[in-house]
Parts: sequence; structure tokens; C-alpha cells
Amino acid sequence: MAKEDEMVVAEVVNKIQESMITLVEDVVEAKETKLEASNIEVFYGHFQAIKNIQMKMPSNSVTAFIGPSGCGKSTFLRLFNRMNDYVDGFSMKGEIKLNGEKIYRNKINVEELRKEVGMVFQKPNPFPKSIFENVAYGLKIQGIKDKKLIAARVETALKQADLWEEVKDDLKKSALALSGGQQQRLCIARTLAVEPSVILMDEPTSALDPISTAKIEELIFQLKEKYTIVIVTHNMQQASRISDYTAFFYMGELIEHGKTKEIFTNPKHERTENYISGRFG
Amino acid sequence: MSKSNKARGKDKAFAVWGISCTMIGLILLAIFVGNIVYDGITRIDWSFLTSLPSRKPEKAGSYTAMMGTVWILVCTAITAFPIGVAAAIYLEEYAKKSRLANLLEINISNLAGVPSIIYGLLGLEVFVRIMDLGASVLAGSFTLALLILPIIIVATRESIRAVPSSIKEASLAMGATKWQTIWNQTLPASFGGILTGVIIALSRAVGETAPLIVIGALAYVPFAPETPMDEFSVLPIQIFNWASRPQHGFAQNAAAAIIILLVITFVMNGIAVYFRNRWQKKMKW
Repeated sequence: MAKEDEMVVAEVVNKIQESMITLVEDVVEAKETKLEASNIEVFYGHFQAIKNIQMKMPSNSVTAFIGPSGCGKSTFLRLFNRMNDYVDGFSMKGEIKLNGEKIYRNKINVEELRKEVGMVFQKPNPFPKSIFENVAYGLKIQGIKDKKLIAARVETALKQADLWEEVKDDLKKSALALSGGQQQRLCIARTLAVEPSVILMDEPTSALDPISTAKIEELIFQLKEKYTIVIVTHNMQQASRISDYTAFFYMGELIEHGKTKEIFTNPKHERTENYISGRFG
Repeated sequence: MSKSNKARGKDKAFAVWGISCTMIGLILLAIFVGNIVYDGITRIDWSFLTSLPSRKPEKAGSYTAMMGTVWILVCTAITAFPIGVAAAIYLEEYAKKSRLANLLEINISNLAGVPSIIYGLLGLEVFVRIMDLGASVLAGSFTLALLILPIIIVATRESIRAVPSSIKEASLAMGATKWQTIWNQTLPASFGGILTGVIIALSRAVGETAPLIVIGALAYVPFAPETPMDEFSVLPIQIFNWASRPQHGFAQNAAAAIIILLVITFVMNGIAVYFRNRWQKKMKW
């Protein structure tokens, strides 16, 4: 093949790739946007943790945040349920919208926001109460007193979290007596009982053994049908297995964001490629 | 060889030294308690517990002083518990890091070191005179409540701080307000520690004499208090009074009253230890 021909082929391939990417972006657009972050800057005192990030997340999808420790992914995640508000010296610029509504406006009811945007933490953190009380907690603090309704919601949530069969006979047992994996599924059930539409997960399997991890991943896959899930993970395989979209963070910047398949097979940036292939981080 | 022998010798010497230091305190306490019990135990009978004070040592009883102590204890607890816990919650959960918060903190630690007689003078001026409560149970309780507030605040803050932040975060992330989180998670989880602190503070209040004498509590009250506005006496004042009399009979009475006071203090500390252990068992994070 002549050199010119090669160049033509390369150009065509390039164009096809580009159109595929715009196609992907179109698909992103086509789904309803659940979460939208624009021009986000976050500071802890004088330290800038997030540098001008924009991102859209469609509903009923799983978005994975990856990147080396300290890259700002957890900080970014915690913006969506305003959990950074309690951190000393925290300040931010930019807008975050949930269903098109700004969540950093003055008069927002933060408690209502957190019922809509649930969160699962890195270390399983059940309350030192019974299994039942753990799941019922969110309902009780909302002032729901109807015992039948609470019992029904607890059962549904435990079934959704794939824990019901294991605990249905001793709901009164202390949650602290469960294994780590069970505790984490209990924390997921507890979040589901409040009926949020978004679930934020901050490295939910990093403290668990491989079998428990597999169970949680399967669970995330099922939950995607009803919920929008954003998950921070240090595990590349996990990100590629469970997420639809992946965002790669580095030093407070969003380096790359797109379909997980694209990111893992054909990353646009060298940094992304180096990170996912394990060359750094 | 000789070097390691020397080191081992030092090791042994220190162990012996440590044991003797520990024993000094314990032995002295044992001698004291033994002495008191020897002097006073024969004096404790039903009539000693139920009789009013008297000029004759063999007729005198500790009833009014005991009842006064109980009244003072209950009223002090009712006053100091809610104020101390609320202040601790504020400082730990609500107060932002600021100069004012720092100032408050330093002052609370300072208050714990103020001699109790100063509290007595404060109580005399504020409660007895300005609030016109007289030398009543209420005035005494308020004064002692002030005295033990710093202890309660410090103990409560420590047990609140021991509750893992992951639990609080979980509660907040589920849509609970700050107060709901404190009420449903932080307080139940720290309650054992708070109770321990309150009981230890109260057992200190039980032994206080000086501030109560300053506000005008009497050594001789012919009746047990029936309302918080009544005059009162307490065991330490009664002991002080009896011990300062020349007759041997009163010295015996004083020893008997000391036994009662020690029993009250030991029982209270026992309860505190019980709650702490139960709480630690329940809360395994």
C-alpha cells in the first residue's frame, strides 16, 4: 500500500472513531440527565481539591469514578449529597443539579435532598441496633409510625439488597453480629428503604472479601434498573465490570469521562491509559 | 554478661519500687478504713440510722443528715445532668471552631480547678441572697451542681467524641437532621459514658462540706427536709460536727457516719463501673 493510501485509511479510521464518540455522547444526551455538575471548584481552606469539572450522569446508569488516592473523586462524590458541608474549611463554586434543580441554593432542605440521594460508605457502618431497626431508621426519622408499612418496607429493602433470606429469622439480632459483607448489604438495604433515586457509593467493597464483593457487584447490576448509581472505586476490574460510564480523575481534574468500554479499550489520554493499565497509581 | 546482669538488676529494682508505691496508697487506705470500721461499726444499728441528732452521743442518730444527703444528691443530679449534657453537646456538635469556643473550653477546664469554697461563696451570693432561697436544699443543690458541672461536661464530651463519626455520617446521609442524629445515635451510644461521668461527679458532690457550710447548711437540724426549700444538713457536715466534740461517744458516731458515707460513695462508684462495662460490651465497633 502506498504511503498516501495509508494516510487516507488512518484519516477514515480517525473519523469513524470520532463519530462513534459523538454517537456515544448523543446516547448520553438521549437518556434523561439525572445529575449535572458544571464549573465545579472545591477548596479546603487554600487547597484546591477540584478544578473546574463538568459532568452529566444519565438516570438508571452506573458511573464509576476512578483515579489515584487524593485525586478528588471522593470529594466530588460527596458534593452530590452535600456531605462535604461538615468538613472544616470547605467551600465550592459552580452548580450541581439533581433533576434540573440546583442543590447548592440557599433555601434547599438538605434532609430532603439526602432522602433522594442515598449513600453507602467505604467501611460498613451499621448502627449499633438490631437489623430491623437499622433498615427502619430512615423511615422512623421521617416520622412514619405505621408499623405495618415500616415492616413491609424493611422486608422489601432487605430483599432488594439480597439479604432477606439470610436474616429474616433474626431481624432482632444486633447488626454488629453480621459479617462484613452482610453489614455492607444491610447498609445498602438501609439506604434503599428511604426510596432514593440516586445512590452514591464510596468504595463500597474495599473492606470486603472477594465473595462479598462479587455479591455487591451483582447487586449494583440489579439496582441499576431503578436507580442512578455513582461509585468510587480503586479496583479497575470492578469499574469495567459494573459501570456504564467511567470518569478518570487526576489531581483534582477530570481527565476523561465517557462510556466505560471506550475508556478501557480506547482511552483518549495517555494518563488514563497509564492508570488503567496499572503503570501508575 | 555483667552488663545484662546489671540491666536485669535495674529491672527488678524498678518492679519492687513500683509495687511499694502502689502499696503505700492501698495500705494507708486499708488502715484508715479498718480503723474507722473498728471504731464505728458497733455504733451502726437501726436506731442510729433513724434517730434525730441529739446532745447525748448515745441517743444521736444520722437520720437527718442522711436524708439531707439524699435530697441534695437528687436535686443536684436533676439540676446538673441536663445542663452539663446540653453544654457538652453544644461544644462537641454545634460550636464551630472559633476563638469564643476556645475561650469557653479553656474556662471550663479552669472551672474544674476552682476550690470548692469559692463555689460556696458564689452560691451564698447568688442563690441564698439574690435569689433569696435561704440556706435551703435548693440553694445547696444549685451550688453543688455548679461545682460538678465541669466534670460532667468533660466526661460527656469525651464519651460523645468516642462515638465513631461513621455512625453520625450514616445517619446524616439518610436524611436525619443534626438533632435527630444526636438524639438517636450519638446520645444512646455515649449514654453509658455520660452516666458514668455523672455518677462520679455526684459521688464527689456527696463528700463536699465547705461550700455547704458557706451557704449556711446547719450541723444541727431537728428534722429531715420535706421540701426543697427546707433547711438541711448532710453527712460530711454531721461528721465534721461530731468529730470536733470532746466526748468519746461522738467520735464513735463520727466513725459510724463515715462508714455510711463511704458505703454510699462505693455503691455509686460501683454503679458507675457497672454501667461502663455494660456499655462497652454493647458497643463494639
